[in-house]
This record gives sequence, C-alpha cells and structure tokens, in this order.
Amino acid sequence: MDKASMAEQTSGDAPEQDATIGTIRVLVAKLGLDGHDRGAKVVARILRDAGMEVVYTGLYKSPNEVVAAAVQEDVDVIGVSLLSGSHVPLFRELGRCLREEKADHIFVVAGGVIPEQDYAALWDSGVDAIVPQEARAELIVTTIRNLIAARGRV
Amino acid sequence: MTVPMPSRPVKRAAYRPSMELVPEILAGNVTAIARMITRAEAGYAEAAPALAEIYRHTGKAHIVGITGVPGAGKSTLVSSLIRAFASEGHKVGVVAVDPSSPFSGGAILGDRVRMSEAASSSQAFVRSMATRGHLGGLARSTLQAVDVLDAAGYSPIIIETVGVGQDEVEVVTAAHSTVVLSAPGLGDDIQAIKAGILEIADIHAVSKADKPEASATVSALRGMMTLGSERAGSSWTPPVLAVSAVSGERIGELRDAIARHWAHLRESGELAERRRGICRTRILGAAKHLFQRKFDERTGEIAEHIQAVVNRDMDPAGAARLLLGWANEGQAT
Repeated sequence: MDKASMAEQTSGDAPEQDATIGTIRVLVAKLGLDGHDRGAKVVARILRDAGMEVVYTGLYKSPNEVVAAAVQEDVDVIGVSLLSGSHVPLFRELGRCLREEKADHIFVVAGGVIPEQDYAALWDSGVDAIVPQEARAELIVTTIRNLIAARGRV
Repeated sequence: MTVPMPSRPVKRAAYRPSMELVPEILAGNVTAIARMITRAEAGYAEAAPALAEIYRHTGKAHIVGITGVPGAGKSTLVSSLIRAFASEGHKVGVVAVDPSSPFSGGAILGDRVRMSEAASSSQAFVRSMATRGHLGGLARSTLQAVDVLDAAGYSPIIIETVGVGQDEVEVVTAAHSTVVLSAPGLGDDIQAIKAGILEIADIHAVSKADKPEASATVSALRGMMTLGSERAGSSWTPPVLAVSAVSGERIGELRDAIARHWAHLRESGELAERRRGICRTRILGAAKHLFQRKFDERTGEIAEHIQAVVNRDMDPAGAARLLLGWANEGQAT
C-alpha cells in the first residue's frame, strides 16, 4: 500500500464499533529526560473518552521499561510523546527492544514535536504513525482504531 | 489533515489458539501469560477450555488483597512489597484494578506510575485491570488473572483493589489474606468502629508513617481492636502496622506479617474454609455473568417480558423467574 492510500484510510471512518476487535488497550509513555507530560495526559484522556483502556506509566521511562510494561499489559499500541528532541535514538532503541522481546505486533504511535526530516528514521525504527501536534482528538482515535482493525486480534 | 504513516504494510499478527498458550504459561512465558489474561477479560469462548486447564494447575499461590481509600498509598505500598518479597527470592504477581468510566467504558490505569522500578524487575509481573462495570472493588476477571499467574508459579499474588469507600469488601472473598491500608488524618475513632471495610482486615497498615498524624490513626485502630478483633471462627488477631514507603520503614515487618498470616491459615486449618468461601463466590459470580450474557442475547424474549411488566400483567420478580425457567418454583424471590 502506498503512502497516500494509507493516509487516506487512516483519516476515513472508524470501524462501526469496537466489538469486532474488543477493548483496545494503549500504553501512554514518556521516554527519556522529558518532563513535559501535559500532552500525554491530554491524549490519555482522549483515548479514555473513546472507550479505550489506557495504561499510563508516567515520566522518565527507558525504552526497555516501556517494552516490559507493554508486554505484561498486553497492549495493542504504545503511544509515546516526545518533546525533547531525542526522538531518533529513543525510538530506535524502543524498536530494538520490541523486536528483542518478540513484541513487534504492538503498534508504535509517536507524538509530540517530530520534525518532518526525521520521519524516515522513525519509520526505520518501526514507528507505525506519527501524530502531528495539530491533530484533532478524533484523528488520534481513528488512527489507532484503523491500525488495530487492519491487524485484527492477536 | 492526515496522519503520516510509513509506506510499508500495516503490521499483521496471527491469533494463536489459547490451548497452545497453556504449556508456555506453565513454563512462565510472560507474553503468553499476558495474552491469556487479555482473553479471560474479553471472555472469549475460545479461551474457556484453556482457562479450565490452567485452573487445574492453581492452588499453590498465596493471594494477598490490598485495599483502602483512593490515595491511601496502595500502589506505592505494593511497589515496596514487590521489592520486599523479591529480595527473598519470591516471584511476585500483581493485579491492580482501576475503575472504568461508566460513560465511555474507557479507563486510565495509573497504578504503574508508582510501581515502575519494581514492576520492571524480572521477579515481578504487574497487570493493570479495569473494572469494566463490575462493582465491589475488583474486576470480573481478576481471579482468572490470578489463576494464570498462580499456574505460572507466581507467589505471593497481590490484588490491589480500586480505591474503595466504606463498603466495597469483595476482596475478602477473593484473597487468602487481606491488608487494609488506612491513610492518616482521615476521621476519628468512631470511623474506626464502623461496619464495613475495617472489619475485613487480617492486617491493618497505616500509610505515610513519616507524617505526625499517623500515630493517631494507629491508636484509633488499636482502640478498635480492644473492643474485639476476631473474625468469626478465627484465632488470628490482626496486627496494626504503621508503614512508610518513603523511608522504607516497617515494610519488612509488613511482609513478615503477611507471611505469618499465611502460615497461620495453613496451620490452623482456616485456609480450607477460606478456599471454600472463595470457590463459592466464584461459582456464584460466574453464574451471574452467564445469566447476564443470556439476558443480553435473548433481547426478543426479554422485550415481551418487559412489555408484560410495563402493562402490570407480571411483576419484575415473576419475569425473572420465568427467564430462569423457575416459573413453577414457589414464590421465593
């Protein structure tokens, strides 16, 4: 599937209901030395209000802590917000830990401040979507629902 | 506005049959354990035989309930207890329950925030669980999650309830040992003699012992004990311990008190009685859930009953008896 059609699919309608894919579980995390968690909390609240179960892990997590938590919690998605500028190495390490734990069925959605020239590096690290700062609440929800609908239950 | 995505295809993963996961769970595989808990929560019919098989391998673990009001410090205490038990070589399981939204069904599961360091140890498995509409302080599948951890060799297994009020005492019919955590500075000694949550404790812990108000709370609880402290049929006197997760004060004593209560249950024979109580509650809970599911499925038939009740042709209890197929069995409601 090419980039344009993927993007189109993502901004389309959400699946009728979550019944076919069950309750969506998302882990919301802050990686590394980045103390700005307001955005992560807002996103956690948006996902909660969309009927998802959000495991919130708090600040200053290392990639392997986040992956260990994601495996135990059996989440569908790891949502990471980063505003520190160190997204390229941190997502690379997150992707490596996910592969090492054989947990790369878990989607990684990046948010925060990610400059466009870094997108390619994040795709290489296994990131599945980058939610820009200006994204509206519904778009975040739809993106997650569509990813899981495409993958199905594991 | 669109969300940028990579040009590679969306990740795919196959659904593995639940029965295949069972030997991996018994061998302690974390991914398989986590997946089975998800399926128990979802209530997949496909997972039922696997959960039945897992149940045959349970009964080894010491199940410890930790309950208390919101903000008492339950998660922080659990984090300290994980370290305290792990330092003695135990593999510690935790099921931490938080409430689901009654409106969206969603939930924020925040117990890990306080447990991060301990929870990422290879000696611990921590699972957050939403109540999904279940009342009483636990989730419907909490004990199935405990089964999975028990079969995988975790002990103790700590159940952390939602932040409770005065009356959510379900944990006492789920755990072998119940720790009630009280926060200092909330109410006087008349709170301590009220019925409900404080009565169910096998062990009383007072959190935030580093605060000066803690000693008053300890006195109030000890005062309550002098009026009679035994649970019916038990010779155990619940200890009152002031603990501080900040300073680590008396966490080791609390761990030892929990271990002592487990030894007491086994030596006194009270364990058998508690186990029967737990099984009784679980059977009843499962039956209620099965009936609820039937109720949700048989919408057509139920619509007729609803109309009959609306028309005053039948009373609600009579309609319930009809649904249960008990129409001819007397008038008991």
